[in-house]
Amino acid sequence: MIRDELVWMAGGPQGSGVDSAANIFGRACCYGGLHVYGKREYHSNIKGLHSYFHIRVSPKEVRADVDRVDLLCTFDAESVVRHIWEVAQGGGVICDTEALATRIFEIPTLTPAFWTEFRKTLEQRGIKPETVGDLLNEVKKNNVRTYAIPFTDLLKEIAKEIGEEKLSKLTRMINVLALGASFGLVDYDKAHVEKAIRMIFGDKPKIISMNLLALTKAYDYAKQRFGDFGFKLEAVQTDEKRIFLQGTQAAALGKLVGGCRLQTYYPITPAADESEYLEENEVLQLEQSEVKGAGGSIIIMQTEDEIAAINMASGAALTGVRAATATSGPGFSLMVEGLGWAGNSEVPIVVTYYQRGAPSTGLPTRHGQSDLRFAMHASHGEFPRIILSSGDIEECFYDAARAFNYAERYQTPVIHLIDKALANSNKSYRMFDPSLVKVERGQLLTEQDVKGKEYKRFEFTESGISPRVPLGTPGVFFWNTGDEHDEVGNINEEPVNRTLMLEKRMRKLDLAHKEIPVEERVNFFGDPDAPATVVSWGSPKGAVIEAMERLSQEGFKLNFIQVRMPIPLPKEYLAEKLGKAQKKIMVEGNYMAQLAGVIREETGILMDYFVLKWNGRPMSADEVYEALKLIIQEKAPKRQVLTHGT
Amino acid sequence: MALKMSDYRSTYFADWCPGCGDFGILSAIQMAFADLQLPPHRTVVFSGIGCSGKTPHCLKVNGIHTLHGRTLPFAIGAKLANPDLEVIAAGGDGDGLGIGAGHFVNTGRRNIDITYLIHDNGVYGLTKGQASPTLELGLKTKALPKPNLNSAINPVAIALASGYTFIARSYSYDVRHLKEMIKKGIQHHGLALIIIQQPCPTYNDINTKEWYGGEDRIDPKTGKPTPRLYSLEETGYDGVVHNQEEVFQKYIAALTKAQEWGDRIPMGVFYQNELVPTYAERISKRIPTYLENPPAKQPISDPSGKPITSIEKMLEELKVTG
Repeated sequence: MIRDELVWMAGGPQGSGVDSAANIFGRACCYGGLHVYGKREYHSNIKGLHSYFHIRVSPKEVRADVDRVDLLCTFDAESVVRHIWEVAQGGGVICDTEALATRIFEIPTLTPAFWTEFRKTLEQRGIKPETVGDLLNEVKKNNVRTYAIPFTDLLKEIAKEIGEEKLSKLTRMINVLALGASFGLVDYDKAHVEKAIRMIFGDKPKIISMNLLALTKAYDYAKQRFGDFGFKLEAVQTDEKRIFLQGTQAAALGKLVGGCRLQTYYPITPAADESEYLEENEVLQLEQSEVKGAGGSIIIMQTEDEIAAINMASGAALTGVRAATATSGPGFSLMVEGLGWAGNSEVPIVVTYYQRGAPSTGLPTRHGQSDLRFAMHASHGEFPRIILSSGDIEECFYDAARAFNYAERYQTPVIHLIDKALANSNKSYRMFDPSLVKVERGQLLTEQDVKGKEYKRFEFTESGISPRVPLGTPGVFFWNTGDEHDEVGNINEEPVNRTLMLEKRMRKLDLAHKEIPVEERVNFFGDPDAPATVVSWGSPKGAVIEAMERLSQEGFKLNFIQVRMPIPLPKEYLAEKLGKAQKKIMVEGNYMAQLAGVIREETGILMDYFVLKWNGRPMSADEVYEALKLIIQEKAPKRQVLTHGT
Repeated sequence: MALKMSDYRSTYFADWCPGCGDFGILSAIQMAFADLQLPPHRTVVFSGIGCSGKTPHCLKVNGIHTLHGRTLPFAIGAKLANPDLEVIAAGGDGDGLGIGAGHFVNTGRRNIDITYLIHDNGVYGLTKGQASPTLELGLKTKALPKPNLNSAINPVAIALASGYTFIARSYSYDVRHLKEMIKKGIQHHGLALIIIQQPCPTYNDINTKEWYGGEDRIDPKTGKPTPRLYSLEETGYDGVVHNQEEVFQKYIAALTKAQEWGDRIPMGVFYQNELVPTYAERISKRIPTYLENPPAKQPISDPSGKPITSIEKMLEELKVTG
């Protein structure tokens, strides 16, 4: 075990409270001043299939998941069997006493593909366990200890104390028992856990008191019975104001601060969480309002499909409202025609695009980062678009807000790329600062501006930007069409007009490239003179930074360019930096090394090494560290494929 | 100064075929707008793709010519964001009942206060005469290589089943009747649908002006044609729901009338029910300031660009230290 941090894992069937246990665990650690990073993995299933949560806790900031588990906290036998090999030496497994007798090969939710791999591992290790208890005995040799807790007995005690006759009503609390046992083992201050339980169960006093009782029972049982885990999770003092949240929440908050007032969506994993969170908070408080006493609001519309979603957002944006839609790959596929319409009619809309395992339905609940090329090229024809890519949950917040500025300044669609690893991971951050967000609406005309003047919606201008007026502005009306059009917006197929109008639209992209400062388009980390340069985008950011920190401690110097704006790509910057890099390493979560291809297209520079992953799981800091180390030591092949994850 | 019918006509050249029903529909829209004195800046006509898609360009109000089948989502987006807009959607039968059928049905669930005109001529004109969803089984209009293998759908029945709260039929060559229906639709408190029977002189050689006019059915007594279209109102039919108890009976009556086609085609209001809350009213129950301060009218920053939306409450819920 790394002595100053703990990796805790909760595993159980979906519907058994894995999420809420992990939320309580994470928050409880945060309350004690610790930094937390939590990764959620689940099946496309409502109830019964396996899901788990990794929570990494440390006094220092944690930015990514790692490969090992220190304390595996299981709600069922399957979780033991699935994750047993991940438990590090010196670690422990919490399980139900009753699970020990479960026959491994009779667990119905484990698949043939799993058995094949599992049998291979047993053969390699030369062991033949029949039951979960046998398996746990085998790993004892690796100094992995078992902490069997009699969940049923503890529930019976609770039932007796609160006068509940039906034990089945209490089985939902197995997650809190397992959680309580975990905290008892690491001897963590129970007051923080109690606070987290109160927070998670909100306004249900009966449920809170039952869960507090369960917590105490299991906490005391584990602490008194087993004193040998050998790691104490210490709270630390902090004055920093922190929040604990997932990526979908950060993006939603960014949209609100950025002034989004209408969002459309069709249910899809993992994007829907964002819209639901917005809907929960649809009534807004405005710090000042022209309408006396009237508050603000955001309208969330669940549409019949993603085609309606994007086009409804365009209809709303025409009225001057900041409008957005949020989706994942299959949904974005349906939005493509609407995206082109918005590009052609110069309508500022924002599409928040949560990538997941693809193509087709792909891995609906798993991570993927293979839609960069699709986002860049979706739709027939040519029109300007801006693509933002967030690298962590904090960036999701600020990027979600500034996406609207780009959309309105350049009057064109903006696609904000996020991925499942950011959407469904939780992390503690210093408090976001809404005052860092600035609202820039571009050339948006009012009634006064247009009074008595002839208005042409698509007026030819040097910059390519034609001043925009919202539908409903007194004294003016205008036309739009998806056909090629003249300056007033009527259909026009004349070749001269066509040449000028398409060029006018495309000029906006040149302007964006010229105007948007490079600091908004890339992040640079590390020593500028380091002999190796890593390039990446999206969620691998955290793993790359942690890997770099570890390598630097070992004396290996690296630097890292995180691309945050694939369109317009800061190509001069990349050409300059990569031009002098000795080793150029691309790290991204897809097969084709999509960003590497884009960079080669724009700069002519070919990367030297590729670290890629597409198994549906995010990159861990450990595997990125190992891959980079091999490259620096000149032991690596040109292309390394990462495979960690369960 | 009052706006005249001609004040709503732009100089855009309408390139429809001579005798196209779209000319009549355009005139009826202009007349309805003039009768209601709709302010052009506050009026938006959305359209889809096809011959009817060009309608907004011919009008001097805001005109948004959208994608094939997507007229309704665009129109709904604008209305939701700015409920003060007078929103009219116009599209063809293929647009609304074929490629856009999903939107047609789901819009009914929302009873949003817009008016939807379906130009129904039984064919896809602009792509040269293929069968549309309203062309009957076995018919072979001029451009079809073989008779139609698909049955026709019944837009009135689908609209009823989907929740439209105003459903009427009119005829492109009866401009006065059509104008009245459009006016009623616009004045209706909720979602209005007007299905407009329209000959396509180029591609539909079956449901022609003569066919609608019944010129193949000369009354032996008078020697005059017996028109296929007849007025519901003139038969004493009243589709208006006056109270909650009447809903079922009026619904069934409308559904029954919707089955008539062929020799007798009803025109007029099949069904109107203003007792159903509009989408804006539903939102207002959750967001009391919605109509007073809708999305399009809300400030989002101060003049210096500082955001004014407070997320303090949400951050407080997410806060873990400090």
